[in-house]
Amino acid sequence: MPNNPKEYKYSKDHEWLRIEDDGTTTVGITTYAVEHLGDMVFVDLNEAGGTIKQNDSAGTLESVKAAADLFTPIGGEIIARNDAVIDDPAALNQDAFAAWLIKVRPDNLEADLASLMSSDEYDDYEASQ
Amino acid sequence: MTLKRTPLYDAHIKLGARMVDFGGWEMPVQYPGGIIKEHEATRSGAGLFDISHMGEYIVRGKDALALLNYATTNDLSKIVPYQAQYNFFVSPSGDTIDDTIIFRFPDYYYVVVNGATIDSDFAWLQELARRFDDVQMENVSDATAKIDVQGPNADRMVQAITDADLKPVTFYRFTTGTLAGIPNAIISRTGYTGEDGFELFVPANRAEDLWNALIAAGAVPAGLGARDTLRMEAGLPLRGSDLGEHGRNPLEGGFGWAVKLQKGDFVGREALLPLKENPTKKWVMFEVTGRGVARPHYPIANSAGEVIGEVTSGTFAPTLNKNIGMGWVKPEYAQPDTEIAVIIREKPVAAVVRQRPMYKRSQQ
Repeated sequence: MPNNPKEYKYSKDHEWLRIEDDGTTTVGITTYAVEHLGDMVFVDLNEAGGTIKQNDSAGTLESVKAAADLFTPIGGEIIARNDAVIDDPAALNQDAFAAWLIKVRPDNLEADLASLMSSDEYDDYEASQ
Repeated sequence: MTLKRTPLYDAHIKLGARMVDFGGWEMPVQYPGGIIKEHEATRSGAGLFDISHMGEYIVRGKDALALLNYATTNDLSKIVPYQAQYNFFVSPSGDTIDDTIIFRFPDYYYVVVNGATIDSDFAWLQELARRFDDVQMENVSDATAKIDVQGPNADRMVQAITDADLKPVTFYRFTTGTLAGIPNAIISRTGYTGEDGFELFVPANRAEDLWNALIAAGAVPAGLGARDTLRMEAGLPLRGSDLGEHGRNPLEGGFGWAVKLQKGDFVGREALLPLKENPTKKWVMFEVTGRGVARPHYPIANSAGEVIGEVTSGTFAPTLNKNIGMGWVKPEYAQPDTEIAVIIREKPVAAVVRQRPMYKRSQQ
């Protein structure tokens, strides 16, 4: 997709990461991921308050035809999850970059960032899929 | 092994379809609009499905009826010319080999089977045919395209492109006629969605003409994804998942009306006979009342947490706006309103057995 936001970071599992001004991070899945899954019908996300390590499963995303794990691109404390998307999974199909999934206060930001891609790298990665 | 393609492969690619391997065939699972839109278009207007991957045989001869009645569970002697019948091939041990719709033409029977089992079903029928003297069988699958148009607008759309009068063609009846300029098309009021509509059979080299004519009439191309959500809402089985091996037979499956144990001997009769009074399992439809989507192979448990069965079909149902499924359970759990649980990612999610089908179209 040509519109992967430039300032975000990306994982090989097609998650995006946005670093906020206050040092917390926001996590979602890319338009490519959603297009590949199809019409989204079910979202389950870990509750706020728990901790998670990078690449652990933070929830389940299901389309009509497929179920996929949300592998968190960042480790730390989950400080929020997006209940609106849980109530209306189709929001992911409408705008994947707006339909954030969880917010994480990172406990190892620099180390975790090292394994993520820039938007240019993700554009290339996406094209190679 | 390369996948087989139907005559409409190029049409699907042009429409931007996402193609998948379905039983050895490269088929569209959806078009760019998505499964839910295709499903809704079928229930409100008309969906257009390329089903050319399914197989067709012509069975002729004095013993054609005797062979087919021996090979199937339903009683084909009961249908008249231009009538079709839903039927099953069952193995001697009571597995479902395939489900089929068999059409009675004046001079032959036309047997329609699933795409994954075209060659195996044909070989199996040929083996059974050796017991009979006057039977000729021809596999015409490669020469035949099948296009389904299903939905409340299907009747009007198909009538507009054929000289055949469709009013006498009621459910499970068929006719032949010129269709979109194609002579000798078979027009059958059958389908796999729970809607009114037709299965249309034309020569493979004319498939695009029919496809284009129906698109021009307003039918919306729909892929196998929508075909699956539609048939699940309508409580229809899929061979290989709901019916098939492990003794998943049509009698315990709820299709006893198509299993005529009294018609005389047929393959599988001995295995099915004791199951009529003493079923060992039943195939049921259920609604997931908790949070989660049921999928094939998920265990089904009772309220004590004991596993009592297995899901064989499951999905989010767009028209019902619920998560639904079908599966096999111990017979004591088969009554509608029975509370069960589907084990989803190791957690029990509440579900309730419902009367099948959960979707019935409004009769006009």
